[in-house]
Amino acid sequence: MRAALTHLGAAVTAGIWRLGYGARFFAYLLVHSGTAFRRFRLTLREIYFAGVLSLIIILVSGLFVGMVLGLQGYDTLQRYGSSEALGVLVALSLVRELGPVVAGLLFASRAGSAITAEIGLMKATEQLSAMEMMAVDPIARVVAPRFWGGVLSMPLLAALFSAMGIFGGYLVGVVLIGVDEGAFWSQMQAAVDVRNDILNGVIKSVVFGVAVTLIAVFEGYDAVPTAEGVSGATTRTVVTSSLAILALDFVLTALMFTGGN
Amino acid sequence: MNRSTIDLWVGVFVALGLGALLFLALKVGNLASFSTAETYQVDARFSNIGGLKVRAPVKSAGVVVGRVADIGFDNESYEAVALLTIDSRYRFPRDTSAKILTSGLLGEQYIGLEAGADARMLKSGERLRITQSAVVLENLISQFLFNKAAEGGEAKDGK
Repeated sequence: MRAALTHLGAAVTAGIWRLGYGARFFAYLLVHSGTAFRRFRLTLREIYFAGVLSLIIILVSGLFVGMVLGLQGYDTLQRYGSSEALGVLVALSLVRELGPVVAGLLFASRAGSAITAEIGLMKATEQLSAMEMMAVDPIARVVAPRFWGGVLSMPLLAALFSAMGIFGGYLVGVVLIGVDEGAFWSQMQAAVDVRNDILNGVIKSVVFGVAVTLIAVFEGYDAVPTAEGVSGATTRTVVTSSLAILALDFVLTALMFTGGN
Repeated sequence: MNRSTIDLWVGVFVALGLGALLFLALKVGNLASFSTAETYQVDARFSNIGGLKVRAPVKSAGVVVGRVADIGFDNESYEAVALLTIDSRYRFPRDTSAKILTSGLLGEQYIGLEAGADARMLKSGERLRITQSAVVLENLISQFLFNKAAEGGEAKDGK
Protein backbone atom coordinates (compact mmCIF):
# COMPACT_ATOMS: atom_id res chain seq x y z
CA MET A 1 0.00 0.00 0.00
CA ARG A 2 2.70 2.41 1.10
CA ALA A 3 4.88 1.40 -1.84
CA ALA A 4 1.99 1.86 -4.27
CA LEU A 5 1.26 5.35 -2.92
CA THR A 6 4.95 6.28 -3.11
CA HIS A 7 5.00 5.06 -6.69
CA LEU A 8 1.92 7.11 -7.58
CA GLY A 9 3.37 10.19 -5.90
CA ALA A 10 6.67 9.81 -7.73
CA ALA A 11 4.88 9.43 -11.07
CA VAL A 12 2.75 12.55 -10.51
CA THR A 13 5.73 14.62 -9.33
CA ALA A 14 7.81 13.50 -12.32
CA GLY A 15 4.93 14.32 -14.68
CA ILE A 16 4.46 17.81 -13.24
CA TRP A 17 8.21 18.43 -13.20
CA ARG A 18 8.43 17.46 -16.86
CA LEU A 19 5.47 19.72 -17.71
CA GLY A 20 7.18 22.62 -15.95
CA TYR A 21 10.46 21.85 -17.71
CA GLY A 22 8.59 21.80 -21.02
CA ALA A 23 7.01 25.19 -20.27
CA ARG A 24 10.37 26.71 -19.31
CA PHE A 25 11.89 25.19 -22.45
CA PHE A 26 9.10 26.81 -24.54
CA ALA A 27 9.64 30.20 -22.89
CA TYR A 28 13.42 30.00 -23.39
CA LEU A 29 12.85 28.93 -27.01
CA LEU A 30 10.60 31.94 -27.67
CA VAL A 31 13.03 34.37 -26.06
CA HIS A 32 15.96 32.98 -28.07
CA SER A 33 14.12 32.80 -31.39
CA GLY A 34 15.90 35.90 -32.70
CA THR A 35 18.54 33.85 -34.50
CA ALA A 36 15.90 31.85 -36.37
CA PHE A 37 14.70 35.08 -37.99
CA ARG A 38 17.96 37.00 -38.23
CA ARG A 39 19.57 34.07 -39.99
CA PHE A 40 16.41 33.11 -41.83
CA ARG A 41 18.31 30.69 -44.06
CA LEU A 42 18.48 28.26 -41.11
CA THR A 43 14.69 28.34 -40.82
CA LEU A 44 14.32 28.09 -44.60
CA ARG A 45 16.28 24.84 -44.53
CA GLU A 46 13.90 23.46 -41.89
CA ILE A 47 10.84 24.55 -43.88
CA TYR A 48 12.33 22.50 -46.69
CA PHE A 49 12.70 19.41 -44.50
CA ALA A 50 9.42 19.74 -42.59
CA GLY A 51 7.21 21.26 -45.28
CA VAL A 52 8.45 20.54 -48.77
CA LEU A 53 9.31 16.91 -48.06
CA SER A 54 5.84 16.39 -46.51
CA LEU A 55 4.15 17.72 -49.65
CA ILE A 56 3.69 14.40 -51.42
CA ILE A 57 2.10 12.56 -48.50
CA ILE A 58 -0.15 15.55 -47.71
CA LEU A 59 -1.32 16.03 -51.30
CA VAL A 60 -1.95 12.34 -51.96
CA SER A 61 -3.74 11.78 -48.63
CA GLY A 62 -5.83 14.92 -49.16
CA LEU A 63 -6.89 13.75 -52.59
CA PHE A 64 -7.93 10.32 -51.32
CA VAL A 65 -9.72 11.65 -48.23
CA GLY A 66 -11.67 14.04 -50.46
CA MET A 67 -12.52 11.26 -52.90
CA VAL A 68 -13.76 8.99 -50.10
CA LEU A 69 -15.83 11.86 -48.66
CA GLY A 70 -17.32 12.37 -52.11
CA LEU A 71 -18.28 8.71 -52.47
CA GLN A 72 -19.66 8.25 -48.96
CA GLY A 73 -21.35 11.64 -48.87
CA TYR A 74 -23.07 11.06 -52.19
CA ASP A 75 -24.29 7.64 -51.07
CA THR A 76 -26.02 9.14 -48.03
CA LEU A 77 -27.18 12.43 -49.53
CA GLN A 78 -28.83 10.96 -52.62
CA ARG A 79 -31.21 8.98 -50.36
CA TYR A 80 -32.65 12.30 -49.24
CA GLY A 81 -32.58 13.70 -52.75
CA SER A 82 -30.05 16.36 -51.91
CA SER A 83 -26.94 15.18 -53.72
CA GLU A 84 -26.24 18.79 -54.73
CA ALA A 85 -25.25 19.43 -51.11
CA LEU A 86 -22.21 17.18 -51.68
CA GLY A 87 -19.97 20.21 -52.18
CA VAL A 88 -21.08 21.68 -48.83
CA LEU A 89 -20.45 18.41 -47.03
CA VAL A 90 -17.00 17.88 -48.53
CA ALA A 91 -15.88 21.49 -48.10
CA LEU A 92 -17.15 22.01 -44.56
CA SER A 93 -15.82 18.75 -43.18
CA LEU A 94 -12.42 19.34 -44.79
CA VAL A 95 -12.01 23.02 -43.96
CA ARG A 96 -13.31 22.78 -40.40
CA GLU A 97 -12.01 19.43 -39.19
CA LEU A 98 -10.31 16.97 -41.47
CA GLY A 99 -7.89 19.37 -43.13
CA PRO A 100 -6.16 20.65 -39.98
CA VAL A 101 -6.51 17.39 -38.00
CA VAL A 102 -5.40 14.84 -40.59
CA ALA A 103 -2.69 17.13 -41.94
CA GLY A 104 -1.54 17.61 -38.32
CA LEU A 105 -1.44 13.86 -37.66
CA LEU A 106 0.48 13.24 -40.88
CA PHE A 107 2.80 16.13 -40.09
CA ALA A 108 3.44 14.70 -36.60
CA SER A 109 4.41 11.30 -37.94
CA ARG A 110 6.26 12.54 -41.02
CA ALA A 111 8.09 15.65 -39.79
CA GLY A 112 7.70 15.57 -35.99
CA SER A 113 9.36 12.18 -35.61
CA ALA A 114 12.19 13.25 -37.93
CA ILE A 115 12.82 16.41 -35.87
CA THR A 116 12.92 14.43 -32.61
CA ALA A 117 15.24 11.79 -34.04
CA GLU A 118 17.58 14.42 -35.47
CA ILE A 119 17.85 16.50 -32.30
CA GLY A 120 18.02 13.35 -30.13
CA LEU A 121 20.87 11.94 -32.21
CA MET A 122 22.69 15.28 -32.06
CA LYS A 123 22.41 15.03 -28.30
CA ALA A 124 23.49 11.36 -28.22
CA THR A 125 26.56 12.13 -30.34
CA GLU A 126 27.30 15.13 -28.07
CA GLN A 127 26.98 17.68 -30.88
CA LEU A 128 24.77 19.83 -28.65
CA SER A 129 27.38 19.77 -25.87
CA ALA A 130 30.07 20.63 -28.41
CA MET A 131 28.07 23.69 -29.47
CA GLU A 132 27.76 24.80 -25.88
CA MET A 133 31.53 24.45 -25.54
CA MET A 134 31.91 26.81 -28.50
CA ALA A 135 29.56 29.27 -26.81
CA VAL A 136 26.85 28.60 -29.38
CA ASP A 137 23.42 28.25 -27.81
CA PRO A 138 22.00 24.96 -29.18
CA ILE A 139 18.44 26.11 -28.53
CA ALA A 140 18.92 29.25 -30.59
CA ARG A 141 20.99 27.55 -33.30
CA VAL A 142 19.37 24.09 -33.60
CA VAL A 143 15.99 24.03 -31.87
CA ALA A 144 14.46 27.42 -32.73
CA PRO A 145 14.86 27.16 -36.54
CA ARG A 146 13.26 23.69 -36.49
CA PHE A 147 10.42 24.98 -34.34
CA TRP A 148 9.66 27.97 -36.56
CA GLY A 149 10.10 25.91 -39.72
CA GLY A 150 7.42 23.52 -38.49
CA VAL A 151 5.11 26.27 -37.27
CA LEU A 152 5.31 28.08 -40.61
CA SER A 153 4.87 24.90 -42.67
CA MET A 154 1.85 23.47 -40.90
CA PRO A 155 -0.88 25.98 -41.93
CA LEU A 156 0.30 25.82 -45.54
CA LEU A 157 0.19 22.01 -45.48
CA ALA A 158 -3.31 22.03 -43.94
CA ALA A 159 -4.56 24.48 -46.57
CA LEU A 160 -3.07 22.31 -49.32
CA PHE A 161 -4.69 19.24 -47.78
CA SER A 162 -8.13 20.91 -47.73
CA ALA A 163 -7.79 22.29 -51.26
CA MET A 164 -6.64 18.91 -52.58
CA GLY A 165 -9.49 17.17 -50.71
CA ILE A 166 -12.09 19.49 -52.23
CA PHE A 167 -10.57 18.79 -55.63
CA GLY A 168 -10.87 15.05 -54.86
CA GLY A 169 -14.50 15.48 -53.87
CA TYR A 170 -15.10 17.41 -57.08
CA LEU A 171 -13.41 14.68 -59.10
CA VAL A 172 -15.61 11.93 -57.65
CA GLY A 173 -18.82 13.92 -57.24
CA VAL A 174 -18.92 15.94 -60.45
CA VAL A 175 -16.66 14.17 -62.92
CA LEU A 176 -17.32 10.55 -61.94
CA ILE A 177 -20.86 10.47 -60.53
CA GLY A 178 -22.26 13.47 -62.34
CA VAL A 179 -23.56 15.81 -59.64
CA ASP A 180 -24.42 19.15 -61.23
CA GLU A 181 -21.25 21.25 -61.29
CA GLY A 182 -22.96 24.62 -60.79
CA ALA A 183 -24.90 23.45 -57.75
CA PHE A 184 -21.79 21.77 -56.31
CA TRP A 185 -19.81 25.03 -56.29
CA SER A 186 -22.61 27.51 -55.62
CA GLN A 187 -24.01 25.63 -52.62
CA MET A 188 -20.47 25.29 -51.30
CA GLN A 189 -19.87 29.02 -51.65
CA ALA A 190 -23.19 29.82 -50.01
CA ALA A 191 -22.45 27.60 -47.00
CA VAL A 192 -18.73 28.13 -46.36
CA ASP A 193 -18.02 31.37 -44.54
CA VAL A 194 -14.56 32.87 -44.86
CA ARG A 195 -14.30 33.99 -41.24
CA ASN A 196 -16.28 31.30 -39.46
CA ASP A 197 -15.02 28.30 -41.38
CA ILE A 198 -11.83 28.99 -43.30
CA LEU A 199 -10.15 31.36 -40.85
CA ASN A 200 -11.01 29.09 -37.92
CA GLY A 201 -9.53 26.16 -39.83
CA VAL A 202 -6.33 28.12 -40.37
CA ILE A 203 -6.21 29.06 -36.66
CA LYS A 204 -6.60 25.37 -35.80
CA SER A 205 -3.73 24.40 -38.07
CA VAL A 206 -1.47 27.08 -36.54
CA VAL A 207 -2.26 25.78 -33.04
CA PHE A 208 -1.59 22.19 -34.13
CA GLY A 209 1.66 23.30 -35.78
CA VAL A 210 2.87 24.91 -32.56
CA ALA A 211 1.82 21.89 -30.46
CA VAL A 212 3.34 19.23 -32.73
CA THR A 213 6.63 21.03 -33.35
CA LEU A 214 7.03 22.01 -29.70
CA ILE A 215 6.49 18.41 -28.58
CA ALA A 216 8.90 17.19 -31.27
CA VAL A 217 11.76 19.56 -30.40
CA PHE A 218 11.22 19.10 -26.65
CA GLU A 219 11.24 15.31 -26.83
CA GLY A 220 14.39 15.44 -28.96
CA TYR A 221 16.14 17.90 -26.67
CA ASP A 222 15.05 15.97 -23.57
CA ALA A 223 15.85 12.50 -24.99
CA VAL A 224 18.03 10.10 -23.03
CA PRO A 225 21.26 10.23 -25.10
CA THR A 226 21.35 6.56 -26.06
CA ALA A 227 20.06 4.66 -29.09
CA GLU A 228 17.22 3.33 -26.99
CA GLY A 229 16.45 6.75 -25.54
CA VAL A 230 16.20 8.37 -28.98
CA SER A 231 13.90 5.63 -30.27
CA GLY A 232 11.68 6.02 -27.18
CA ALA A 233 11.60 9.80 -27.63
CA THR A 234 10.58 9.43 -31.29
CA THR A 235 7.71 7.14 -30.34
CA ARG A 236 6.60 9.50 -27.59
CA THR A 237 6.61 12.42 -30.03
CA VAL A 238 4.19 10.68 -32.39
CA VAL A 239 1.90 9.42 -29.62
CA THR A 240 1.86 12.61 -27.53
CA SER A 241 1.45 14.98 -30.47
CA SER A 242 -1.34 12.88 -32.00
CA LEU A 243 -3.21 12.89 -28.71
CA ALA A 244 -2.51 16.61 -28.28
CA ILE A 245 -3.95 17.33 -31.74
CA LEU A 246 -7.16 15.41 -31.05
CA ALA A 247 -7.64 16.91 -27.59
CA LEU A 248 -6.87 20.46 -28.79
CA ASP A 249 -9.21 19.93 -31.72
CA PHE A 250 -12.05 19.15 -29.34
CA VAL A 251 -11.35 22.24 -27.25
CA LEU A 252 -11.00 24.51 -30.30
CA THR A 253 -14.15 23.13 -31.92
CA ALA A 254 -16.07 23.69 -28.70
CA LEU A 255 -14.81 27.28 -28.60
CA MET A 256 -15.29 28.07 -32.30
CA PHE A 257 -18.31 26.26 -33.63
CA THR A 258 -20.77 26.28 -30.77
CA GLY A 259 -22.93 29.14 -29.63
CA GLY A 260 -25.28 29.97 -32.50
CA ASN A 261 -23.40 31.50 -35.39
CA MET B 1 21.46 19.74 -51.04
CA ASN B 2 22.30 22.92 -52.90
CA ARG B 3 21.36 26.22 -51.31
CA SER B 4 19.48 27.64 -54.25
CA THR B 5 17.66 24.33 -54.78
CA ILE B 6 16.35 24.52 -51.22
CA ASP B 7 15.32 28.15 -51.79
CA LEU B 8 13.54 27.19 -54.99
CA TRP B 9 11.61 24.34 -53.38
CA VAL B 10 10.64 26.40 -50.33
CA GLY B 11 9.48 29.11 -52.72
CA VAL B 12 7.38 26.58 -54.65
CA PHE B 13 5.98 25.21 -51.38
CA VAL B 14 5.02 28.61 -49.99
CA ALA B 15 3.49 29.67 -53.32
CA LEU B 16 1.47 26.44 -53.45
CA GLY B 17 0.31 26.87 -49.85
CA LEU B 18 -0.75 30.48 -50.36
CA GLY B 19 -2.43 29.45 -53.61
CA ALA B 20 -4.40 26.80 -51.70
CA LEU B 21 -5.49 29.40 -49.12
CA LEU B 22 -6.54 31.74 -51.92
CA PHE B 23 -8.47 28.91 -53.57
CA LEU B 24 -10.25 28.17 -50.29
CA ALA B 25 -11.11 31.83 -49.75
CA LEU B 26 -12.26 32.64 -53.27
CA LYS B 27 -13.60 29.45 -54.82
CA VAL B 28 -14.80 27.55 -51.74
CA GLY B 29 -15.71 30.44 -49.45
CA ASN B 30 -17.78 33.48 -50.20
CA LEU B 31 -15.09 36.13 -50.09
CA ALA B 32 -15.83 37.09 -53.70
CA SER B 33 -19.47 37.72 -52.86
CA PHE B 34 -18.59 40.15 -50.10
CA SER B 35 -19.63 43.08 -52.18
CA THR B 36 -17.80 46.29 -51.51
CA ALA B 37 -20.80 47.97 -53.05
CA GLU B 38 -22.72 50.61 -51.14
CA THR B 39 -25.51 49.38 -48.91
CA TYR B 40 -28.30 50.96 -46.91
CA GLN B 41 -30.01 49.67 -43.79
CA VAL B 42 -33.67 49.42 -42.97
CA ASP B 43 -35.32 47.67 -40.05
CA ALA B 44 -38.44 45.59 -39.78
CA ARG B 45 -40.43 44.43 -36.76
CA PHE B 46 -41.92 40.97 -36.54
CA SER B 47 -44.04 39.44 -33.79
CA ASN B 48 -42.19 36.17 -34.37
CA ILE B 49 -39.07 35.57 -36.45
CA GLY B 50 -39.06 31.78 -36.09
CA GLY B 51 -35.61 30.42 -36.92
CA LEU B 52 -34.27 33.45 -38.78
CA LYS B 53 -30.52 33.88 -38.31
CA VAL B 54 -28.09 36.76 -38.71
CA ARG B 55 -26.60 36.73 -42.26
CA ALA B 56 -29.75 35.08 -43.64
CA PRO B 57 -30.48 36.31 -47.18
CA VAL B 58 -33.00 39.03 -47.99
CA LYS B 59 -34.65 38.18 -51.29
CA SER B 60 -37.00 39.92 -53.62
CA ALA B 61 -38.55 37.91 -56.44
CA GLY B 62 -36.09 35.18 -55.50
CA VAL B 63 -33.00 37.33 -56.04
CA VAL B 64 -30.69 37.99 -53.09
CA VAL B 65 -30.72 41.76 -52.58
CA GLY B 66 -29.23 41.91 -49.08
CA ARG B 67 -28.63 40.19 -45.78
CA VAL B 68 -29.94 40.27 -42.23
CA ALA B 69 -27.33 42.28 -40.37
CA ASP B 70 -28.63 42.02 -36.84
CA ILE B 71 -31.55 40.66 -34.85
CA GLY B 72 -32.68 42.29 -31.63
CA PHE B 73 -35.62 42.38 -29.26
CA ASP B 74 -37.65 45.48 -28.48
CA ASN B 75 -38.57 45.33 -24.82
CA GLU B 76 -41.32 47.97 -25.19
CA SER B 77 -43.43 46.42 -27.89
CA TYR B 78 -42.18 42.83 -27.30
CA GLU B 79 -41.33 42.44 -30.94
CA ALA B 80 -38.27 41.15 -32.75
CA VAL B 81 -36.34 43.81 -34.67
CA ALA B 82 -34.42 42.65 -37.73
CA LEU B 83 -31.88 45.02 -39.26
CA LEU B 84 -31.59 44.46 -43.02
CA THR B 85 -28.64 45.54 -45.12
CA ILE B 86 -29.72 46.04 -48.71
CA ASP B 87 -27.53 46.67 -51.73
CA SER B 88 -27.88 50.29 -52.89
CA ARG B 89 -28.36 49.14 -56.47
CA TYR B 90 -31.81 47.95 -55.44
CA ARG B 91 -34.33 50.59 -54.41
CA PHE B 92 -37.70 49.68 -52.93
CA PRO B 93 -40.87 51.76 -52.46
CA ARG B 94 -41.71 52.83 -48.91
CA ASP B 95 -44.70 50.52 -48.61
CA THR B 96 -42.68 47.40 -49.40
CA SER B 97 -43.73 44.44 -47.27
CA ALA B 98 -41.40 41.94 -45.59
CA LYS B 99 -42.28 38.31 -44.95
CA ILE B 100 -40.29 35.58 -43.25
CA LEU B 101 -40.29 32.64 -45.63
CA THR B 102 -38.70 29.22 -45.73
CA SER B 103 -36.73 27.93 -48.68
CA GLY B 104 -37.97 24.45 -49.43
CA LEU B 105 -39.94 22.38 -46.96
CA LEU B 106 -37.30 22.25 -44.24
CA GLY B 107 -34.74 24.73 -45.55
CA GLU B 108 -33.33 27.83 -43.92
CA GLN B 109 -35.47 30.90 -43.35
CA TYR B 110 -35.05 34.14 -45.23
CA ILE B 111 -36.81 37.47 -45.60
CA GLY B 112 -38.82 38.02 -48.75
CA LEU B 113 -39.52 41.59 -49.84
CA GLU B 114 -42.52 42.47 -51.97
CA ALA B 115 -42.41 45.88 -53.54
CA GLY B 116 -45.37 48.17 -52.96
CA ALA B 117 -46.62 51.03 -55.11
CA ASP B 118 -45.47 54.13 -53.23
CA ALA B 119 -43.67 56.70 -55.34
CA ARG B 120 -41.21 57.49 -52.54
CA MET B 121 -38.33 55.11 -52.09
CA LEU B 122 -37.00 53.64 -48.83
CA LYS B 123 -34.11 55.54 -47.31
CA SER B 124 -31.45 54.32 -44.91
CA GLY B 125 -32.71 53.99 -41.34
CA GLU B 126 -36.39 53.76 -42.30
CA ARG B 127 -38.72 51.00 -41.25
CA LEU B 128 -40.64 48.42 -43.22
CA ARG B 129 -44.16 48.80 -41.78
CA ILE B 130 -45.95 45.87 -43.36
CA THR B 131 -44.51 42.61 -42.07
CA GLN B 132 -45.62 39.04 -41.78
CA SER B 133 -44.13 36.74 -39.16
CA ALA B 134 -42.67 33.32 -39.59
CA VAL B 135 -45.06 30.42 -39.71
CA VAL B 136 -44.64 28.39 -36.55
CA LEU B 137 -45.48 24.76 -37.13
CA GLU B 138 -47.02 24.23 -33.68
CA ASN B 139 -49.41 27.18 -34.13
CA LEU B 140 -50.39 25.89 -37.55
CA ILE B 141 -51.15 22.42 -36.19
CA SER B 142 -53.13 23.72 -33.21
CA GLN B 143 -55.12 26.01 -35.52
CA PHE B 144 -55.87 23.04 -37.75
CA LEU B 145 -56.94 20.92 -34.77
CA PHE B 146 -59.20 23.67 -33.44
CA ASN B 147 -60.81 24.04 -36.85
CA LYS B 148 -61.38 20.30 -37.06
CA ALA B 149 -62.84 20.25 -33.55
CA ALA B 150 -65.14 23.15 -34.42
CA GLU B 151 -66.29 21.38 -37.59
CA GLY B 152 -66.99 18.24 -35.61
CA GLY B 153 -69.06 20.25 -33.10
CA GLU B 154 -71.10 21.89 -35.87
CA ALA B 155 -71.76 18.55 -37.50
CA LYS B 156 -73.09 17.19 -34.20
CA ASP B 157 -75.32 20.27 -33.64
CA GLY B 158 -76.72 19.85 -37.13
CA LYS B 159 -78.00 16.36 -36.37
